[in-house]
Amino acid sequence: MRVKGETLDPMARDTTTKYGFYGYLASTYRTSSGWRFLPFLVAGLVLIPIGTVISSFFAPAGDIWQHLVETTLAGLLINTFWLVLGVASGTALLGVSLAWFTAVCEFPGRKFFSWALLLPLAIPAYVTAFVALGLFDYIGPVQTALRTWLGPDLAWFPNVRSRMGVIIVMILAFYPYVYLLTRNAFLTQGKRSLEAAQSLGFNRTQGFFKLALPMARPWIVGGVMLALMETLADFGTVSVFNYDTFTTAIYKAWFGMFSLTAASQLASLLIVIVFVMMVVEQQFRARMRYAENRQSARVDRIPLAGWRAWLLAGFASGTLFFAFLLPVAQLGIWAASVFTRDFDQRYLEFLWHSLLLSALAALLTCSVALLVAYAARRYPDRATHTAIRIATLGYALPGAVLAVGIFIPVAWLDNWLSSIALQLFNMETGLLIQGTLFTMLIAYMTRFLAVSHSPIDSAMQRITGSIDEAAMGLGLNGWTMLRRVHLPILKGGIFTAATLVFVDVMKEMPITLMTRPFGWDTLAVRIFEMTSEGAWDQAALPAVALVLAGLFPIILFVRQTEK
Amino acid sequence: MSRSCFNRYLTAMLCCLTVFGTSLSHAEQVVVYSARIEQLIKPMFDAFTKETGIGVKFVTDKEGPLLARLKAEGKNTPADMLITVDAGNLWEAAREGLLKPIESKTLEANIPAYLRDPQNQWFGLSVRARTIIYNTQKVKPADLSTYEALADPKWKGRLCLRTSKKVYNQSLVAMMIAELGEEKTEQIVKGWVANLATDPLSDETKAMEFVAAGKCDITIANTYYYGRLMAKNPTLPLAIFWPNQAGSGVHVNISGGGVTHYAHNVPGAIKLLEFLSSEKAQNLFADVNMEYPANPKVKIDPAVAAWGSFKQNPINVTKAGELQAEAVKLMDRAGYR
Amino acid sequence: MNALLELRNIRHAYGRQVVVSGLSLTLRKGEIGCLLGSSGCGKTTVLRCIAGFEPIRTGEILLNGVTVSNDNICLPPEQRHIGMVFQDYALFPHLTVAANIGFGLHRMQKKERASRVAELLQTVGLADASSRYPHELSGGQQQRVALARALAPRPDLLLMDEPFSNLDVSLRERLSLEIRDILKSQNATAILVTHDQDEAFAIADEIGVMQHGEIQQWDTAYNLYHKPANRFVANFIGQGVFLPGKVLDSHHVEIELGVLKGDISHKCTTDCHLCREGYPVDVLIRPDDIVHDDASPVQAAVVHKAFRGADILYTLRLPGGSTALSLVPSHHNHAIGEKIGIRLAADHVVAFSQSEP
Repeated sequence: MRVKGETLDPMARDTTTKYGFYGYLASTYRTSSGWRFLPFLVAGLVLIPIGTVISSFFAPAGDIWQHLVETTLAGLLINTFWLVLGVASGTALLGVSLAWFTAVCEFPGRKFFSWALLLPLAIPAYVTAFVALGLFDYIGPVQTALRTWLGPDLAWFPNVRSRMGVIIVMILAFYPYVYLLTRNAFLTQGKRSLEAAQSLGFNRTQGFFKLALPMARPWIVGGVMLALMETLADFGTVSVFNYDTFTTAIYKAWFGMFSLTAASQLASLLIVIVFVMMVVEQQFRARMRYAENRQSARVDRIPLAGWRAWLLAGFASGTLFFAFLLPVAQLGIWAASVFTRDFDQRYLEFLWHSLLLSALAALLTCSVALLVAYAARRYPDRATHTAIRIATLGYALPGAVLAVGIFIPVAWLDNWLSSIALQLFNMETGLLIQGTLFTMLIAYMTRFLAVSHSPIDSAMQRITGSIDEAAMGLGLNGWTMLRRVHLPILKGGIFTAATLVFVDVMKEMPITLMTRPFGWDTLAVRIFEMTSEGAWDQAALPAVALVLAGLFPIILFVRQTEK
Repeated sequence: MSRSCFNRYLTAMLCCLTVFGTSLSHAEQVVVYSARIEQLIKPMFDAFTKETGIGVKFVTDKEGPLLARLKAEGKNTPADMLITVDAGNLWEAAREGLLKPIESKTLEANIPAYLRDPQNQWFGLSVRARTIIYNTQKVKPADLSTYEALADPKWKGRLCLRTSKKVYNQSLVAMMIAELGEEKTEQIVKGWVANLATDPLSDETKAMEFVAAGKCDITIANTYYYGRLMAKNPTLPLAIFWPNQAGSGVHVNISGGGVTHYAHNVPGAIKLLEFLSSEKAQNLFADVNMEYPANPKVKIDPAVAAWGSFKQNPINVTKAGELQAEAVKLMDRAGYR
Repeated sequence: MNALLELRNIRHAYGRQVVVSGLSLTLRKGEIGCLLGSSGCGKTTVLRCIAGFEPIRTGEILLNGVTVSNDNICLPPEQRHIGMVFQDYALFPHLTVAANIGFGLHRMQKKERASRVAELLQTVGLADASSRYPHELSGGQQQRVALARALAPRPDLLLMDEPFSNLDVSLRERLSLEIRDILKSQNATAILVTHDQDEAFAIADEIGVMQHGEIQQWDTAYNLYHKPANRFVANFIGQGVFLPGKVLDSHHVEIELGVLKGDISHKCTTDCHLCREGYPVDVLIRPDDIVHDDASPVQAAVVHKAFRGADILYTLRLPGGSTALSLVPSHHNHAIGEKIGIRLAADHVVAFSQSEP
């Protein structure tokens, strides 16, 4: 909604002196251009690592490009294309249908499924992958059992280590993004529009397809974009399946052919592709608005009975089983077998570190996302939107590449600072910024801004300009307006964002590995150590701890928003 | 909480976080960047600290990021030493000027020449042999001979391999190129691919389990993976075959380390390296991971010795790094995923 | 039976709380009806029952002679062929004006749909706004789009829920007349729900005054004003006071200001005592029943005056002590406390026995 033009607010000038820097930031809501530059600042920050990666184009990469074109590039692009297509459609179908059913219908177990369907978020995708392979591959219990019953020839059994296998695992791992955002959309849509559709001759099913679904489009697209960026950036899952994608080529160039330059160039291409996808999506939404004109009442749930209700319950159970229960059960069994040997009080330390990092990162990232969304609302022009698109690109880069992209400028800055210290104070400071929590948090913010931006931005769409004006008419401004009027409306979006960032940071590996202080390990680091040696059963112990730790914010969040 | 109070709190927190990571400790210590995971290296570091009183601070990560990190940090790097789990990355580190040549009679005495850098920038600390594992119920040792022979059509549909993306296979193929030349190696690799029973697997423990289950009959794996698997599951019908005994010998790789170019504590790092090459530490390598000692004077662990003795390929492992990029490209051309 | 809509004794409750009870009405094709009442009287609920969004407890709703709601069944809204204009318009924010209007025409061919949409845009006067989005329109424009959207599928019955409550007064008056013209030109049958009398008077043919879930009187505006059936309607509609009076015969009633001539014989059938001579009654005197006459011997003191542009509404104290209202052309500007001459100018009688509610 276009907010009306600038008005000089004498309050703002006073609050600068009264409330200091942070107060200034908040109180300039209606006035000066402080807000104007915020998205550009954040975009600039994110551009630093991305720019570092893209700057690789200025260095020669030998004949690696030629080699790729001659050998594997075509196959990689095809693989990546099918993967993206499969995951996009799968997560959309699964996420949207589950969201609709749990938001609008009533069936046995609905309340439970509403939040339980989010649980797969707590499991890293590659964990689901190695559990899936562990269970369903040739040597897994399923095929082994079938072979004892049916004989050695199981040619009919589908090959799990295939494109379809990767796609299914990723759908199961990433559908929660779509589910979460779309469910928010449906819950806040209000019943007026659906009644209007009914009065125009559409029954409830038609109303869904012709109205509810199109109106939820920004949320659906937001969720699918997150799932796709995760897919493109993913290295763990495709490694487990040995499925060659564009990203595996990036790592092959880096680790195999010792050319970080070539790897960065490939990664830059990835950035460009994702950026183009975002721009196209943005164009699509250019003039549309999705805010209801008035706050509408919530939808009454459609009660389902008989076979339909049980079918739905079965559908939700099945998803939950394959996406969460089965992996966790397998992890539990493995973890139990190594528990006595591996578990020690260091695990509490790892847990604490993971929780601390995740919580702080969620706080920082969501705050930034909120501020950026406000700035965008205030100045909804092309430049701002482009800046925000750029700011969210960090998510699409493969983890280790982004980590290096962040690390190089940080190290440069550190070196510069210490050389200054040497010159001015004749003091050898060593490295200052690197290896601090601060750097880690900024790095996480760079990576996960996309994840927090999407739900907050979508939630912001629900706040109409007239709400602002009503509040202003009642004398609210700056912080108070934010706190008393906007935050309650944005609550759902903010909690969604916080949970997603929290869980994502818990699972994150490459940045953590590269930027952590000495001797400061998290659960994710532990998993890395175990899996790098192929010790999956040992890796299960920290994996279970990670999943359990990730459950808390998910359940907490749901308490806050489920009504 | 009032506004100004909140401001102060926030600023304080930020400062704390910044300071958090800066450590200004004064006791002597050596800082290590290690691609070898904690549980396989900490026991050695602890033993070192116990013996010399010098502390060891370390951080683990994959080699690629570690090298990138060293490079970015430049002369302010806190790292004194780099440890990897393969020779290729040590070669690359040396090539990028991240390591420093050192003089050490002890190390030269302890580590054979083919297991260390000719310029003394890095030293192998443990040896892992990459050998053929076969299903005892389906294959007789007499059927096997060399790595190259696995390309023979008689093995069609009976070979399982780990992915070419793993550095151990890259090193193997690099060594083959060094020995046999590119053309011949490409043919051999193509032959392997034609014999595959299933798509290349993401790890070799899985490959060995496939062999045991009967999906294929042979695979190539590092000895310690074999050791671990058999320790967990002694009844599996698997055995080691040492290939190329009539020829140049079994392909070996090293886990090793070197002193970083801008190390602050060079003497400490050298001491650590020397310690790691000494008998006490060498035994620990075998203990924790069933590897072979690089130091030929050290007695091999009985469990490991039970696999039999074998001739090691004496080509300097530095070739593994030199030819790794070539090997990767070759494998791409041959269709070995 | 040529009634399009028939409500027979319908009853609706939310849990224990009865919202609509024993309500009946009939609407013929082409008629515009209105349910008028203050908030909470149940009028919106009746509308939603007609639409099919709410079921009824007892009674029957018939559309075109077909039962669509009774205590057992409630035909879903999409099958009733009704159109609805919501109080907040409920325009689809992500569709253009043209797409909004064409939304209910999904069964038509593309060409047909386009021409119908164009026709409606023309009718509501928004021909040049077809590709704009709802948020780009003013309140009045949005309301017209909502109306066009509801009319597009040519529904049998159009329902409007407080359609003007979100618009400012001047716009309301103008739009009321426009809407009536549009509806009549389309030969639409409609029911509108509102709390605003002026709206009701401007648009509707028949109006039902509602209180506590019941229709107090269903009649034309004129009759509601001049022949209210009970005190509630008399008080609710327009303005006026009750003055004490005495029945002289079935055509004459005497009050302080004089004798009123009018037919009250219909009241005698319900209450045979009413027409007896001397029976005490309360007589409704509207502001237009008392005119300012300088020549009149009857003088009343101005207690209050309300300037209304063309006229002034004076509150007067009559010689007998009672208060009355008088509407006087505004160039007769008298001060408070002044005495002005007045006389009766009514040619009908609205009288209630003192015990009547």
